[in-house]
Amino acid sequence: MKGTRWLGWLALMLTAVAVWPAAAQSPIRIGDINTYSGIGAPFTGPYRAAVEMAVDEINGKGGILGRKVEVIFRDDKGQPAEAVKHAQELVASEKVALITGTFLSNVGLAVSDWAKQNSTLFVAAEPLTEAITWSKGHDHVFRVRPNTYEQGRMLADKAGKMKHVKWATIGPNYEYGKRAWETFRDRLKELKPEVQVVGEHWPALGKLEPGPFVTAILNQDPDALYVSLFGSDWLGFVREAQKRGLFQKMFVVGILLGEPEYIDPLKTEAPEGMLVTGYPWYDIQAPAHKDFVARFTKRTDKNPVLGSLVGYVTYLSIFDAVRKAGTTDTEKLVAAFRGLKVETPIGPITFRASDGQSTMGAWVGTTKVDAKRGVGIMVNHEYIAGESVLPSDEQVRKLRTGG
Amino acid sequence: MTPALILIQLLSGLAHAMVLFLIASGLSLIFGVTRVVNFAHGSFYMLAAYLTYSLTAALPLGPGAFYVAVILAALAVAVVGLAVEVVLLRRVYRAPELYQLLLTFALVLVIADVVAFVWGTENKTGPSAPGLAGSVAIAGQLFPSYDLVLIALGPIVAAALWWLFYRTRWGILIRAATQDREMVAALGVDQAVLFTSVFALGSFLAGLGGGLQVPRQALTTVMDTTVITEAFVVVVVGGMGSVAGALLAAILIGVIDAFGVLVLPRASLVLIFVVMAVVLVVRPWGLLGRPELAARSAGGAVGGEGVTAPRTLVLAIVAVLVVVPPFLPTFYVWLLIEVLAFALFAASLHLLMGAGGMVSFGHAAAFGLGAYGAALLMRWAHVPMPLAFVAGPLAAAAGAAVTGFFCVRLTRIYFAMLTLAFAQIVYAIVHQWYDVTGGDNGLLGVWPARWLASPVRYYYVALLACGVGLAALSLIERAPFGLTLRAARDHAARAEACGVHVRLHQWVAFLIAGLFGGLAGTTFAFLKGSVFPNYVSVPMSVEPLVMVLLGGVQTLAGAPLGAAVFKALDTFVTQYTQYWQLVLGTILIVIVVAFPRGILGVMGARRRA
Repeated sequence: MKGTRWLGWLALMLTAVAVWPAAAQSPIRIGDINTYSGIGAPFTGPYRAAVEMAVDEINGKGGILGRKVEVIFRDDKGQPAEAVKHAQELVASEKVALITGTFLSNVGLAVSDWAKQNSTLFVAAEPLTEAITWSKGHDHVFRVRPNTYEQGRMLADKAGKMKHVKWATIGPNYEYGKRAWETFRDRLKELKPEVQVVGEHWPALGKLEPGPFVTAILNQDPDALYVSLFGSDWLGFVREAQKRGLFQKMFVVGILLGEPEYIDPLKTEAPEGMLVTGYPWYDIQAPAHKDFVARFTKRTDKNPVLGSLVGYVTYLSIFDAVRKAGTTDTEKLVAAFRGLKVETPIGPITFRASDGQSTMGAWVGTTKVDAKRGVGIMVNHEYIAGESVLPSDEQVRKLRTGG
Repeated sequence: MTPALILIQLLSGLAHAMVLFLIASGLSLIFGVTRVVNFAHGSFYMLAAYLTYSLTAALPLGPGAFYVAVILAALAVAVVGLAVEVVLLRRVYRAPELYQLLLTFALVLVIADVVAFVWGTENKTGPSAPGLAGSVAIAGQLFPSYDLVLIALGPIVAAALWWLFYRTRWGILIRAATQDREMVAALGVDQAVLFTSVFALGSFLAGLGGGLQVPRQALTTVMDTTVITEAFVVVVVGGMGSVAGALLAAILIGVIDAFGVLVLPRASLVLIFVVMAVVLVVRPWGLLGRPELAARSAGGAVGGEGVTAPRTLVLAIVAVLVVVPPFLPTFYVWLLIEVLAFALFAASLHLLMGAGGMVSFGHAAAFGLGAYGAALLMRWAHVPMPLAFVAGPLAAAAGAAVTGFFCVRLTRIYFAMLTLAFAQIVYAIVHQWYDVTGGDNGLLGVWPARWLASPVRYYYVALLACGVGLAALSLIERAPFGLTLRAARDHAARAEACGVHVRLHQWVAFLIAGLFGGLAGTTFAFLKGSVFPNYVSVPMSVEPLVMVLLGGVQTLAGAPLGAAVFKALDTFVTQYTQYWQLVLGTILIVIVVAFPRGILGVMGARRRA
């Protein structure tokens, strides 16, 4: 017992040593807060790999403004308060030039609000809630990935041309699930007023016991089902739905479900014929993108997922903004981001001056099982740019002042 | 609802119930005999699921591989459970019983990272059960044949357990130990063997549940925490230590879940907790449990007194806290505010669990109500910040007054689970009531008034609030009220006989703990500038529990010490490594084994020696 007690004191002392403040250094520092453990991990692992690739590439070319780039990663554990603590630490102690990352919408909003209060630049990479750039938008926040509204609209524009009238939905019981459905439903009704909703299901996020939900949906007998489940909920749902013949009985639309993050784990069980948004990396012909895939695969031995692309595009954007600003001064960086045009592997995107939303789009297509690779893929897909679904500057102004 | 739908929904609910039963029966068994609140039970379940996944792929047995893998994985997990009991838990049985809880909490962290490290963090879909991958038509609908087999398997396992408990000598000893383990020990039964075997069997059942779940559910690194709360609910609703109760409760919960989907689709988060609260209020020992015997050894939950911090030391710390912060880097000021808030949060819990002997698993309710109380007043009534700062804790106290009224009628683990149920109900309300609370997007812009907004100024606000709170708690614990509370903790019947109104005292303590827990929440909310439902979540209830135990449950000073150590560890380990759970968990294990009564508890023992 004596020996172990010494270990205990040692552990306490090491903590005390670790607490000592670290000194500031000269490279351009970027603080990256993300849900690297738990529910966000399947997405953020590949995200981080692509970020490290982007940083190595820029440093290989001598950095920006003659300075190396250094990223400090912090795990928010899926908790907004934890993310805010990291933001405080990154800005105050590590002297980062800006904060980026975040996966969950509420974490993104918490960091965004902190950034607003403390006049720090925050480039939200992944959170999907519209509120970040609209109702809770402010001068110091920008967002890369197409939001819930955009993706819901892309799907509705396609689904509105189809014959299905009776719709049901299932999604996680939180803001993302609700908004993903509402934007889709509203647009669908606009295009096709006879649409009726026969059932809405909201299981708790990450705790779906799929059987009862599948039966309930089957008994409402809709023509089509809109799904905003993801992660383990979606995987469990698919298996149960396959066994109970759901996919034979109705047309299914799934937001995000063509992303490799969510379709790859299903292997050959991926349901065919679903209308989805996603990322068909295997099919994108642009040379810059093929090159991106080759480099990522060489580096990690894995294929890219959407998280990888988002991470890469986010950091390219940050690099360009720093270059354009010629400094890491926050206000000048903010000015540089307004209307910033970035050449990415999937073509040019722009950070809109009105709301800070990037015009990065998404692919809409139909799922099919690729027997050769043994996973689900998207076919007949089409890239829909953000510009074509984003509201006008005038509407955005209303959204930003109304909320 | 057609009869066919009712039948299918019933079957779906039963299939879910059987997996729940396997996990919960193991938990109940461990709990009943060893009194260990085994948070790591869910981790064993997860571990077995991943092992089944890998073994199925690795075993060259063709279609039979899956079934062999399930058994092997469950056995492997049983061995892990056995090792955990022998190597770790056994060292702390002499400590106040809650320290085993701290140890199992550390194990949850360690196992989570080990799984993430070995299998990766991407979600996995396991193999289907060979031969049972299809469905059969029942009442015109397809139903998975695997689920039918599960439904049949549940009663078979229950029968096997029944045989074990009622037809073997070992079973008789287990039942005896569940009822009165001190008497069993006095009769000369080797407790060590009994405990170890129970732990192995319980872990085996968790592993069986995990392995059998593989064809039904995706494998994720968070499946441990999602299952554990539900399993605890089943155990408590069924009655601690009762296998039949666990079966009944699992069926109840599974079926209610399945029909809740049809009847109350938006209440899915909270339904089982409402059921648990109702059951506990009506039947305080669960459906098939028995009233607990009063503990013979006084203060079994707390045990002995630790050191009280010397006055000079306290004054010195206060002086440092007042003088130093303006000279610290900004982040350290922010971190100190967080530590202060959690010191008060943990100390308010200490009043309940230390002085009162009432372990709460739902203290986050106070924290969250304090935070939301202040935030809602600012958001909807545009109350100025200083006023909101005062009103938040009052909201928490009001909430505690209501829930405390029901909770103090129960004791021990049933008390703990009822507090958990209320916290989950509060969680569901703030999570669902979008128009008012903002749902999971929370409420933003909860910043201190402009003249208090600089980190150092807000630090002094927090120091004042938390300092006053800690001082008040310290006074209360030493006042006649606190001493009476201790008397009630150590021997409720005797205190009652001396004319003490035990429940009234406990209720008042609950209210005070709510008030100061709320003050901690309010302080925290203005530090972060926003409030979110996870302020009321289960991990937020576990954190102060860990802090109190870490510092030493015997004395109030342990709470702020534990808070400071835990926050420092958590903050800096997370900064230095991706595998913070593994490192933090290991450090916690080392600390618990080295200081089995908490840091101050050990110092107290040393001083007396």
